[in-house]
Amino acid sequence: MTSPSNGSARPSAAPLPTWRHPAFRRGLVEMLEIAPGLAAWGLVAGVAMAKSGLGVPMALFMSLVVFAGSAQLASLPLIAAGAPIWVVWATALCINLRFVVFSTQWRPYFGHLPRRLRLVLGYFTADLNYVVFMRRFPEPKPGPDQLPYFWGGVACNWVSWQVPSIAGIVLADQIPTEWGLAFAGTMALVALMGTMLGSFSTWVAAGVAGAAAVAAYALPLRLNIVIAIAAAVAMGVMLEHLQPRKTPGGAR
Amino acid sequence: MSTWETILTIIGLGAITVITRSFFLFPDKEVPIPAWLREGLRYAPLAAMAAVVVPELLITQGELIHTWRDARVFGALAGALYFWWRRGMLGTIVVGTAVMLALRFVLGW
Repeated sequence: MTSPSNGSARPSAAPLPTWRHPAFRRGLVEMLEIAPGLAAWGLVAGVAMAKSGLGVPMALFMSLVVFAGSAQLASLPLIAAGAPIWVVWATALCINLRFVVFSTQWRPYFGHLPRRLRLVLGYFTADLNYVVFMRRFPEPKPGPDQLPYFWGGVACNWVSWQVPSIAGIVLADQIPTEWGLAFAGTMALVALMGTMLGSFSTWVAAGVAGAAAVAAYALPLRLNIVIAIAAAVAMGVMLEHLQPRKTPGGAR
Repeated sequence: MSTWETILTIIGLGAITVITRSFFLFPDKEVPIPAWLREGLRYAPLAAMAAVVVPELLITQGELIHTWRDARVFGALAGALYFWWRRGMLGTIVVGTAVMLALRFVLGW
């Protein structure tokens, strides 16, 4: 992995358009490394949407509007079963709760921007953007390279999610489920976790989260994920107090 | 669900994406979060990933696996070893998935 550096100060000459900024390219390239796993996932989600009985036009609409893979996958069986709309929404809300936590951490970087822009940025802050961005800018303060870097990552993330997802929707019947595509997505997460595991406390937090997620697996609405995050955060707070001024190693 | 109900549901799901992802970005004034919680929240993304990955590897049809002969576990181990050795994302994905598929198709695990 590249070492974190915070904003190589550019001379303030004529402002470049975002997509020509060197940080845009860096954001795009760093996202490109994870793109294969994301693409495999997108394909799986697309196939699942098409096979859920949603129909091709609605599945395309969902992929382009919702842009949140796990919430989409969880709401499909509910829509297919004709569940009340509020149940579908409540399920998606629970699955997206982690983004509420993440949004507290976007705040130091984006809080000074206009609200409308903040909402647009927020819409595009998918899991992988979060992980890659926080690895690049571990210091929670605004910097000149951050927006171009963010948009570079978003461009790559959006394309490598939507294109396979749409392909999956259109080609659903030609793609066998035995290809292990979902597993490729899981392996991408394993690699991402590897970049964040460093200090002792990160290993403990990951272990606690994994164990809690298995133990609470029987809960509905995938609430086990929320429980696991809460348990790991609580453990993290405790460890911070035991060994002061040690921040998560790998992520720094 | 009728077509219009489905459209409404999907638009609502899109709104939920914006609301959850921008939740603490929405207010103009910073919402105070205590320092200890802010420190703890640094572990949230890692925890979220572990919470997705571990059940994905160890649970079959709602139950913890009973056998170590599980293609997913060894696939993930192979991927993790590759990552430890080389630290490459793409290689980890390819090696892990290849080992999983090999065990599944050759040994029938």
